[in-house]
Amino acid sequence: MGKAVLGISAFYHDSAAALVQDGKIIAAAQEERFTRKKNDESFPVNAIKYCLDEAGIDAKSLECVVFYDKPFIKFERLLETYHAFAPKGLTSFINAIPVWLKDKLFMKRLIRNQLKSIGILPNVPILFSEHHLSHAASAFFPSPFQEAAILTIDGVGEWATTTISHGSGNKITILKELHFPHSIGLLYSAFTYYCGFRVNSGEYKLMGLAPYGIPDSERVEKFKEQILTKLIDVRPDGSLLLNMKYFSFATGLTMSNNEMWAKLFGIQKRNDESEITQPYMDLALAIQQVTDGIVLKLAKTAQELTGCKILVMAGGVALNCVSNGKIYESGLFEDLWIQPAAGDAGGSLGAALAVWYMHLNHARVVDPEDSMQGSYLGPSYPDNEIRKIIHRFDIPHRYFEDFDELAKHTAAQINSGKVIGWFQGRMEFGPRALGNRSIIGDARDPEMQKKMNLKIKFRESFRPFAPAILEDDVAEYCQYKAHSPYMLLVMPVLAERCNKPPENYHNENIYSRLYFERSDVPAVTHIDYSARVQTVSKSTNERFWKVISEFKQLTGYGIIINTSFNVRGEPIVCTPFDAFRCFMNTEIDYLVLNNFVFDKAQLWQLKDEFAKDYKFAPD
Amino acid sequence: MEFLKELWQFLKIRKKFWLLPLIIVLLFFALIIVFTAGTAIAPFIYSIF
Repeated sequence: MGKAVLGISAFYHDSAAALVQDGKIIAAAQEERFTRKKNDESFPVNAIKYCLDEAGIDAKSLECVVFYDKPFIKFERLLETYHAFAPKGLTSFINAIPVWLKDKLFMKRLIRNQLKSIGILPNVPILFSEHHLSHAASAFFPSPFQEAAILTIDGVGEWATTTISHGSGNKITILKELHFPHSIGLLYSAFTYYCGFRVNSGEYKLMGLAPYGIPDSERVEKFKEQILTKLIDVRPDGSLLLNMKYFSFATGLTMSNNEMWAKLFGIQKRNDESEITQPYMDLALAIQQVTDGIVLKLAKTAQELTGCKILVMAGGVALNCVSNGKIYESGLFEDLWIQPAAGDAGGSLGAALAVWYMHLNHARVVDPEDSMQGSYLGPSYPDNEIRKIIHRFDIPHRYFEDFDELAKHTAAQINSGKVIGWFQGRMEFGPRALGNRSIIGDARDPEMQKKMNLKIKFRESFRPFAPAILEDDVAEYCQYKAHSPYMLLVMPVLAERCNKPPENYHNENIYSRLYFERSDVPAVTHIDYSARVQTVSKSTNERFWKVISEFKQLTGYGIIINTSFNVRGEPIVCTPFDAFRCFMNTEIDYLVLNNFVFDKAQLWQLKDEFAKDYKFAPD
Repeated sequence: MEFLKELWQFLKIRKKFWLLPLIIVLLFFALIIVFTAGTAIAPFIYSIF
C-alpha cells in the first residue's frame, strides 16, 4: 500500500479533509456533515478520522499533511491592508488581530496539536499550499484532461482573488493574478449582503433571485450602469478594480458602505426575512449579469493566455452555475469541467493533489471520466447501521431484496405525487446532493415547487429546484446537449416544452409569476425558463439512474426533481439517523435508506421522538 | 523556535522586512492575550483575514 497525502481546509468557511493515496482520491468530506453545524469552520477532526478509516490506514502511512493556504502571507495581507487604510479600520483591526496572535499565526502548531489528538505523529511533515493553487489543483488534476486553461475565482485567498493558470500533465503554472481587495467574489458577496442574505451561504439565493428581475427593464439597466461606472472598473481582460469608497469589507465589519449604496441605488439594505420587493430582484439580476460579463471576459483571457481549448474551474464563484452556463453557451471552449466542491472545502482536495503531483512529482494518469468518482467520496453506511435504528425505535419498514423492485416501487411513488427521501451509498463531497443524499419528486407536478419549498425544505418560496435528467435524454429537455454531472450548469429549457408567458408576466407579483406553469416540467423550470441541470449516467450512479429510468418507463419522462436532503440551515444528511430525523420532521412521504423503505403514514407516533433538538438557525 | 525560523524565512523570501517591527510589537500583545486568556473571536460578517 502506497503512501498517502492528507489535505485540510479549516478556520474560515467550510472545513474539510481529503485523502489522496497513490494519486487516487480515496475520500473527502466536509466537517459540517459530521458536526451538524452548517459551514462549520472548526478543525475537521471528524472528517480526517473518516478519511483515514475509509482508506483503512493509520496515521503512520501519511507521507505528509497539507493545509490549503499560507497563513503567513495572509497575515502579511492583513498588516498591509490595515497599514494602507490607517487610521480607518482601527476597530476592525482590534477585532481581527487577537484571533491571529492567539491562533492563526501559529497555524503549524495549531494543526500539529489537533493532529496529535487523533494520533497523527508529530514527525509527519505539515505543508502549506497557496489558496488559489489549491483551487487550481482541485480543478485541473481530477479533470479528464491532460492540458487545460484553469480559471479560479473566489472571495480572497492570501492576496489572489482570481487566477488564470495553465495545467499540463502533473504541473500547474499560474500566469495571471488579480489581488485583494479587487475581488469578483467579494463584489458578489457585497450584493448578497445588501439584498439581505447571509454572506457565504446566501450567494445561491441571490443567484436564484436574479431571474425574478425584469430583463432589459429601465431599472435593471440603470443598476448595471451604476455598478459599472461607480462601483467597479472592469478592464477588457476581465480584471477589475473596486471603488473602495463603496465597500467596507477591507476595514469594517460589514461588506458594503450602506449609506453610499442607498444613495446610489435608491434602496436601503434589505433586512433578513423582510419581504423581497421588485427593486431587490432587479438589483440581483443586474449584479448577476455584470458577473456573467466579467467571468466571460476572464474565460476569454484564459484562452488567449494558454491557447487551450479546454477550461477547468474552481473557487466559490465557479459555483455560480448561471455564469458557468454563459461560458458553455459562448462556445469559447470545446469542453468545460468544474470541480464539484469548488468552494473552500474543495481546497483540501486541491492541496493534497498539488502536493502529490507538483511537490512529490508523481506522474499523472488522466481518467477519461474524471477522477472525482461522481463526487461520491464521503461515508456510506451498511444495512446493519440502519437496522440498529429500526430496532432502537421499533420502526415499521419494508425491505426490498431486489433493488430493481425498489426502483420500480420508488418510481411509482414519485408518479403518484409523493416526495421521497433518497439515501444510498457514499455521501457527496461539495455543496450539491447528486443522488445519494437527495430529496426527489415529480418535476411535472405544478404544485411540487411550492410543496417542497414550504413544507419540506422550510425555505424561501422563490427558490428554484433542479432537475436530474438521464444523460442520454438531456437534449429532450434542454437547449444544449451538455454533460453536467455535478449540477453546475444552468441551461435554457427546450423552447418546445415551454408555455408562452402571459403578456403582463413581468408586471405580475412574484407569486403569480412563480406559480405560472412555464413548461411541462414546471417544478424545475425557473422563472426565466432555465434549469440547473444534473445529467445522470449509469456508470457514475447506477441506482439513481435506475430510479429515473423506471420513472421514464412509467411516464415517458427521464427527469425528476433532485434537491439536497436537508432543511433550511441544516447540513445535508450524512448518516441514516440524520436522514431519518430529517424525514420525520418534514412532510417527505417516503424514506429510502439503502434497500429499506419507510412510509410516513405508518410513523406518526414516532414524530415527537425525532423532533427533539431538531432546530437549525436559518442560513 | 521553529515558528521564528519560519517567520524569518517568510520575511526574507517575500522581502517584507518592513513588517518586522510591526510583528514584534504584535507578538508582544500576543503574549498579553495568552497570559490574560482573553477570547479571540472576530465578529466579522465575512472572515477575509
